[in-house]
Amino acid sequence: MSAGTGRLIAADRVVDQVLEASRSDGCVVIVEEVSQAELRFANNTVTTNGTRRDRDVTVIALRQTDGGTAVGTASSSGATDVIDLVRRAEANAATAQPAEDAAPLVTAGRSDLGGDFTDPPVMTSLAGLGNVLTGLGGAFARANAVGTRLAGYAEHHVSTVYLGSSTGLRLRYVEPTGKLEAVARADGGARSAWAATGAEDLATVHVEELTERLDRRLSWGERKADLQAGRYEVVLPPDAVADLIFPLGEATSGREAEEGRSVFSAPGGATRVGESLSSHRFSLRSDPFAEGLECTPFLVTGASGQDVSVFDNGLPLERTEWISDGRLARLQYHRAGAARSGVEPAALANNLILELPGATSTLEDLVGRIERGLLLTCLWYIRDVDPATLLLTGLTRDGVYLVEQGEIVASVNNFRFNESPVDLLSKTIEAGRAERALSREWNEWLNRTAMPPLRVAEFNMSSVSPAT
Amino acid sequence: MANVELDAEFLALPLDAVRSAALDRARALGCEHAEARIERIRSQVVSLRDGRLETSADDLELGLGLRVVHEGSFGFAATVELDADAATALADQAVATARATAPAVSERVELADEPAHGEAVWTSSYDLDPAEVPTAEKVALLEDWSGRLLHSPGVDHVTAYVLTVVEDKHYADLSGTVTTQRRVRVHPAVEAIAVDADAGGFETMRTLAPPAGRGWEYLLGEGWDWDGELARIPGYLAEKLHAPSVTPGAYDLVIDPTNLWLTIHESIGHATELDRAMGYEAAYAGTSFATFDKLGSLAYGSEVMNVTGDRTVDHGLATVAYDDEGVEAQSFDLIRDGVLVGYQLDRRIARLMGLGRSNGCAFADSPGHTPIQRMANVSLRPAPGHGPSTEELISAVDDGFYVVGDKSWSIDMQRYNFQFTGQRFFRIEKGKLAGQVRDLAYQSRTTDFWGAMQAVGGESTYHLGGAFNCGKGQPGQVAPVSHGCPSALFRGINVLNTRAESGR
Repeated sequence: MSAGTGRLIAADRVVDQVLEASRSDGCVVIVEEVSQAELRFANNTVTTNGTRRDRDVTVIALRQTDGGTAVGTASSSGATDVIDLVRRAEANAATAQPAEDAAPLVTAGRSDLGGDFTDPPVMTSLAGLGNVLTGLGGAFARANAVGTRLAGYAEHHVSTVYLGSSTGLRLRYVEPTGKLEAVARADGGARSAWAATGAEDLATVHVEELTERLDRRLSWGERKADLQAGRYEVVLPPDAVADLIFPLGEATSGREAEEGRSVFSAPGGATRVGESLSSHRFSLRSDPFAEGLECTPFLVTGASGQDVSVFDNGLPLERTEWISDGRLARLQYHRAGAARSGVEPAALANNLILELPGATSTLEDLVGRIERGLLLTCLWYIRDVDPATLLLTGLTRDGVYLVEQGEIVASVNNFRFNESPVDLLSKTIEAGRAERALSREWNEWLNRTAMPPLRVAEFNMSSVSPAT
Repeated sequence: MANVELDAEFLALPLDAVRSAALDRARALGCEHAEARIERIRSQVVSLRDGRLETSADDLELGLGLRVVHEGSFGFAATVELDADAATALADQAVATARATAPAVSERVELADEPAHGEAVWTSSYDLDPAEVPTAEKVALLEDWSGRLLHSPGVDHVTAYVLTVVEDKHYADLSGTVTTQRRVRVHPAVEAIAVDADAGGFETMRTLAPPAGRGWEYLLGEGWDWDGELARIPGYLAEKLHAPSVTPGAYDLVIDPTNLWLTIHESIGHATELDRAMGYEAAYAGTSFATFDKLGSLAYGSEVMNVTGDRTVDHGLATVAYDDEGVEAQSFDLIRDGVLVGYQLDRRIARLMGLGRSNGCAFADSPGHTPIQRMANVSLRPAPGHGPSTEELISAVDDGFYVVGDKSWSIDMQRYNFQFTGQRFFRIEKGKLAGQVRDLAYQSRTTDFWGAMQAVGGESTYHLGGAFNCGKGQPGQVAPVSHGCPSALFRGINVLNTRAESGR
């Protein structure tokens, strides 16, 4: 069995031990150290909490055969029995067919960004939640005084990755991720508002700032209006744009597009790369070096997928434009797939940025230019309906407001929408300045996003939801 | 109960020394309650694309989680270091966390009473441990299945995968309950894709075989007819690719249990979680329209609607002998004759709401996460006696559709407004099936929908569906859960055309 008991030895030593024990024709080892502190609250009281230490070791063993290179992997958490883990990966490689995604292992990467390889992992603790714990006591007292109820979550998560290979890679990177989210509910839940912040370091995040945003939104809801389903002009704040753009990023598979099974497929096995998706010159990109959104600058994956390959571990990640000047610029490919298709390899990073270069308007500016439309807060329960159009369904949540002549005049019932993020770009009337945003639906998978507020025509509110 | 055969390697871990160190320290620090869980979760995914291996990943998670109640506050801490010293330090950490958060805790945590169960062991019903089946054998089986579809006319691509999980869990609390349980589950699926190269569209058709609390024998034909289902898929797919697009409107629907289980999950399963109804999930999963003041009076659906929660059904994905708070597994009514009569509970919420004993719905998805209330197997009962067959339900429809297999799903945060699609939709004309249509979604509100349920099928139509990946809580946790149901007949449900919804 691969998970042993007892104390953990240093992560860099685990990498060395795996590579020393390896008998295969090539070996990659990933050690991910995780330290996390979290705090949850509801009904103006802290409910659950936790602190957690985790370690995951993944070994990828290669075997040369007549027909190519076969791969076997094995993963284990905790105080791993290294020899057993290596043998398990090698046993899987021994019986595997040659891999379709085989490519030479990466030999050099950006080793200058993650500190010394022998540095220990970075740990967090309840103290990593900064002022949140102390701030909540006061926030609960204020909420009790005015008859509102707060519910939400704060988390600080630090991942330290060590990547080593038989081709000489020794890469380390520390990725801290924090968030604070809260909902305020008034009138027994009939009025509600949501606000959230994503940050590397929660020391910069203050509960008071968040509750001020909640109070402002709650005050917009004091007058009520009931509206019917239909196609509305809407203003999406950056957080709600992130809710819709994350699935667009996930849909950029090169292989699916070529096989005719994606929104980016063109008839006859071609793709839509080069096609204009919007009359606005949008840039959709991932960029490990984006200021304030820095993330792991090399590829790390414990398993291959349709466009991501274990062979590409350690491959430098650069600024990559998926949409450029409003045109679909490229799709995801691992190196083997890219070679087959005659394109450059491209991979997503752990951030996503949508920007209209030069845009300076704020959310308030966009609202001020609407004659009659809806201001949304965030979207929820978003699922694919038709992958051929990337039609998504989902709900508005915790704040929909009627805007007339540029003024917020009432809060409105919730809606179920059916919309495609591809169509969203083509139906955009104007975009504001991109800023850090936190998708409510997807932030557990992608915390680091920057999005503009968008003003969009003909947004399809398919039916009314009585939910509050 | 199945033959109890616990895993020797798991039992060889220092279970006693580690949990005793944690619990002894928690007791010494004055905790009112403490529970230690040592868990080993072996999971694997094997995925093939067009008959070639694309993803193979096997993971082994092992760790210790400790939750305490200290002076009315919860404290939770987890580690992957499994020795007595680390366990003692973990208890210090859990109590320190409880102390640190106490100033912001205004609602004292108390747990519903549960008798101590002493030492108990249990395993789920399975024959072949999937973790012991060589990966090459798994790949070979999926290659065979993929090949059958790839060689059929009209199939352009095939995706095939199997997820397997073997969960060994050792639980002990301060009351003296010490349980060791093993759960095994597998989720195989195969999907065929047909591309209309000229027009640029595509359609898919996936197997209806549900994930199940079974071992590898499930893939060898125990409990599912794989040969029969794989043989039918190309025909269904070819028909769907060239089927007419649905005309939206209000129609009668006969919904097959392969689709209806998910509607039950979303509109009943989550709505009858009392922590949700009381606002404890308001920031994430949401609340519930089925509020506590309506217990015993809410007309959830028609009189033929009877829904139970249970953690006992054989092969159920939420089936255990004891939950993660040491509560014995039970079976209980949620909806009787169309009226809300119960909720799913954990020990904190049962005590808080004065409901007596918990009905055993606490679960943590890993040693690194705190237990929260999670879903029992929530199931719709079939008609008593010799209830109608699916064909008899169809014969009662003049103008409607027969909906088979789940696909897309979405529901609002209070569990009113939902929208579902499916694998295939057959036109019903004057009581007879009249070929497939495409682009269909049905959309309704929970009480309207269940109120429009005119008939449920008999036992012969009953099917246990389910999912591995039900999400709830922050940090997010996934739970496996099954839902049994018969075919059922609904009158006047709103049907959408998804192409029209996209503005095309």
